[in-house]
Formats: sequence, C-alpha cells, structure tokens
Amino acid sequence: MSDLTRKTAVELADLMSSGETSSVEITQAHLDRIGAVDNAVHAFLHVDTEGALAQAAAVDAKRAAGDELGPLAGVPLALKDVLTQEGVPTTAGSKILEGWKPPYDSTVVQRLKAAGIVILGKTNMDEFAMGSSTENSAYGTTHNPWDLNRIPGGSGGGSSAALAAYEAPLAIGTDTGGSIRQPGAFTGTVGVKPTYGGTSRYGLIALASSLDTPGPCARTTLDAALLHEVIAGYDPMDSTSIDAPVPPVVAAARKGDVTGLRIGVVKELGGEGYQPGVEARFHEAVELLTKLGAEVVEVSCPHFQYALPAYYLILPSEASSNLAKFDGMRFGLRVGDDGVNDAEKVMSLTREAGFGDEVKRRIMLGTHALSSGYYDAYYGQAQKVRTLIARDFARAYEQVDVLVSPATPTTAFAIGDRIDDPIAMYKNDLCTIPSNLAGNAAASFPVGLADEDGLPVGFHVMAPVMRDDLLYQVGSALEAAQAEQWGGVLMSKVPELEVAR
Amino acid sequence: MPSITREEVAHLARLARIELTDEELDHLAPQLDQIIGLVAQVSDVAADDIPPTSHALPITNVMRQDENRPCLTPEQALSGAPAAEEQRFRVPRILTEEA
Repeated sequence: MSDLTRKTAVELADLMSSGETSSVEITQAHLDRIGAVDNAVHAFLHVDTEGALAQAAAVDAKRAAGDELGPLAGVPLALKDVLTQEGVPTTAGSKILEGWKPPYDSTVVQRLKAAGIVILGKTNMDEFAMGSSTENSAYGTTHNPWDLNRIPGGSGGGSSAALAAYEAPLAIGTDTGGSIRQPGAFTGTVGVKPTYGGTSRYGLIALASSLDTPGPCARTTLDAALLHEVIAGYDPMDSTSIDAPVPPVVAAARKGDVTGLRIGVVKELGGEGYQPGVEARFHEAVELLTKLGAEVVEVSCPHFQYALPAYYLILPSEASSNLAKFDGMRFGLRVGDDGVNDAEKVMSLTREAGFGDEVKRRIMLGTHALSSGYYDAYYGQAQKVRTLIARDFARAYEQVDVLVSPATPTTAFAIGDRIDDPIAMYKNDLCTIPSNLAGNAAASFPVGLADEDGLPVGFHVMAPVMRDDLLYQVGSALEAAQAEQWGGVLMSKVPELEVAR
Repeated sequence: MPSITREEVAHLARLARIELTDEELDHLAPQLDQIIGLVAQVSDVAADDIPPTSHALPITNVMRQDENRPCLTPEQALSGAPAAEEQRFRVPRILTEEA
C-alpha cells in the first residue's frame, strides 16, 4: 500500500474512518518511505519507529472501541526538532544538545498526542533555527526533493522536505523570520505562521522569544488548516499566549471564496533583486485572484525596507540571552571538566565546541547590540523600527483585508551557494520578516514553477493579527483554481525520488 | 574603516563565554563587521517621538493562581545533566585559586 504516502491527511482520515485501512498501516507505509528515500533527502534527524507504531496502534484500538476521535486521528506527522517530546532525542540541530532527551512534552506535542496524531520523528533544521537552508545544522544538510542539489529552505527545511518527499503528510515548523514560509515556498508546500501568541511556545527551544511562532505545514491548504486547529489556542504555560478563540481556519479553508476580498500588493516587495520567474508566477496568481472576484490594489509599506536590519538586531539580542542557558551545567554537552578548569572555562570550551559558526556570529552580534554605549543606537532603534512597521501594516489594513507578495525573492538555491555570505543568506527572508516583527498571521502557498529553473514559487499572504482565517481563504481559493488549470496540485509535479532498497 | 575591530570581536567572544581560535577570529571578525554595517541602517530611521515596540501584542503581567501543581521529579530534572551527584547538578569549581 505504498500509495498511502501520496494521500492528503484528509484522504487518510477518510480511509481510516471507512475502515479501509488502519493508522498502523498508514504509519508503516510512511516509515517504509522514510527508509527508502531519506538517505538521499535527510529530512529526519531521528525516526521514532517504535513510538510511532505504538501511537498508531493506540488510535486504531480507540477507533475499534468506538471512541470519538478528532479529524486527524491516526495521521502521521513530522516534528521539527526544536520542540520537546518526552523521551525522544531533541537537538535543535545543535551538537550542544546531542543525545538530550527532554523530560517533558511541549504544548504543541501534548495537543498533537491528544488529537491522536502519530509523530514519526524529528526533522532537521538550522542550528537553533538560525538559518535559511538547513546548512547550519550540525547534522548535515537536508536536500530539496525537487532537486537534490538544492537546499530545501530553512530553518524548517527538514519538515518541508519531508512533505515534498512524501515521507509525511503533515509537519510542524516554527517561524521566527520565515522558517515555516520560506521552506514552504522552496518545496511547493503550504506553510503557515499563525498570529504570534496564537500557538504556544511552551517547550519550544527559544531563539527569539518575541518572534518565535510554531505553525502547521502540509501539502494542501485544508490539511494545514486542520493541523492549525489542533495546535492553536490559549495556553496558560506561555505568558504571551492569546486568550481568545482560535480563528475559524478550517471553515475558511473549506469556503475558499475571495469574492469581494480586498487584496493589497506590497509595492516594496518586488522589483530589483527578485527573480523574474518568481515575479511572473506571483503576478499570475494575483490576476487569478482578480478573476475569482477579489479587488486588488497596490499599497505602500515604506518601512518594510528596514525590517531586515531591525530583525538582525532584535533576533541576535534575544538569542544571545536565550542561549546563555547552554552553559554545560544542567543538560547537554560539557567540555573540559578535568578538575582543573573552573566553571567559566568549562562553559567557554563547551560553547566553542557545541555551537556552529552562525550561532557564534549571532550570539556575538547580540552581545554587541545589547552592550552599553550601543544599546540606544542599535537595539533601541530596532524596537522603534518595529513600531514603524506595525504602523505600516495598520495603515494598509485600513484599505485592504490582506497583503500579498512573493514569499521569497528567489527559488531554492544550490547547496553551498550562500553558506559563507551571511548577508546574501539573510536576504532570503526580506518578505517574511515584517510579519514576525508586527506579529500578524502570514502564510506561503505554492503557485507554480519558475520558468528559468523549474522550481516552486511561493505566494505570500499577510493577514491582520488573529485573522489567520483570511490566509486560508486566499490559499484554498488559489489552490482550487490552480488545480483546475493544472489538473492537480503543484506537488504532483515533483520528480520521483530514486527509491533505495 | 571597519565598524568593529578584531580586538572588539575577541572581547565580545569573551563576554559571550565562547572560546575562539585565531582562525575563527580571522573568519568571523570581517563577517561581523559586514553584518554590523547592514544593521546600522536602523540608527537614523526612527524619530525621537516613536515609541519602541518590545513585543507584538500588548500583554502585561500574566499571573497564574498560586497553587501547587505537579513538576519534574529530581530524577527527571537531572536526566540530561552532564554530571550529577547526590540528587544535584555537579559543576566544575566556581572559584579560581587567585580569586
């Protein structure tokens, strides 16, 4: 039953409720697929075969007993290795946490388990989510299933590649500056960053606490919406969690109607530096939305150009403070504890050995930005720019319901291309960062392949705070209209991977 | 002129408790200089009357009920420790002889 891996989560759920197949069969099919292709893709850092099959058997038993089950019960999922799962190795892509098994479940994992979703394993990522390619992972780079010589995006490249390689129908990512949406764009999959505070950060290994947002990844809009509903909602364990009902994302994905919806094209996110094939697919999608009844206007967000520099002050500042906990004392790696070295020396040696280059760069940058004499000029100014960006959004939302742009300036680049040029790497996230700074909801949806390289292009939708439903409304309208044009979803065009025996 | 010198980067590494070899310093110092050049753009964007935003949403002081609730056992809390002794984290000595 290897074709089980080609199904959407909704289709799999239907097959289980009609009794045609079981969660154990579905889970085994995905584990077999991982065994066959993950040597080439390297989406997973850890595959929890035993745990996944046990979870699947438990769901099957509940179903047999006639228990009421959620809409995704028994469907397998790939979990980004930055969220804790009790007893399962969690590294955040870093050597400093190699072999660490968390003693507790993150809120996201608790909710996945409660919904009967089967967690297949932990996916690769840039170390502590610092990066846009997975090349900063201490455990090797993930390969893009569309072209194995290219990166799958990052930091959540393992999760997006797992979807595109049919190793899992659902995945969880986390988005601090684009780490869900950019990998989604690069792999032709759907990636959603919920409103900040709409999903819980409890048990998420922190990068930048005022930006980090867990969210759903899938191959279709409706699958993503169903997963969104499972993980979202108020959590008293996260002090920045929003105590309000989850926006009606599933209803919006089912509706998929954009008649009368006002859409603003952000003038500043396009033009110079944007790949022609990306712009062509983006403008086609905008035209398609117009045909479907949306009203499209151009809007200006003049301060978005300062989002990137502001982000690279705020993020490293928060990261340098969050990563101070990796001191070699309570968990993870300890180096140089020879009875002679003091604690400070051991800490420095541990951090030298345990952190990669990008983590060191950002910790030092953050330490610099927060040091006295620079604080006002850097961190203080960046926080003011954050206000200006939020005001740009607020002004735009007086005229329109959602904003749109390409998700990324280019398609997926070749492995090794930008690894030693941090600034070129940072520019991947030009379009995605403003929504992290303002905290609003945003998503990337696949809108075809660029002419020059045949690689997927992502369409970026930005909705106001707690209007996550609007993302799904636009995404599913596009998806349905394109499926009609193409005779199927974009993912059906992904090349067949060579299957290892 | 670089916005940050090699010596300053070495100082930052000490503040951040990261040992760096000379080769690492040679590699990282010019990159940090470039990045600081990029981020310095923000320094003249916002006028004095713009308030800073530290957080996307205005949530203040979230409290929970002051009630006991389950927490990790000592065994769980120590399960990932590099070294433990007598139900405690064992750490290297804190004071050096000169201190």
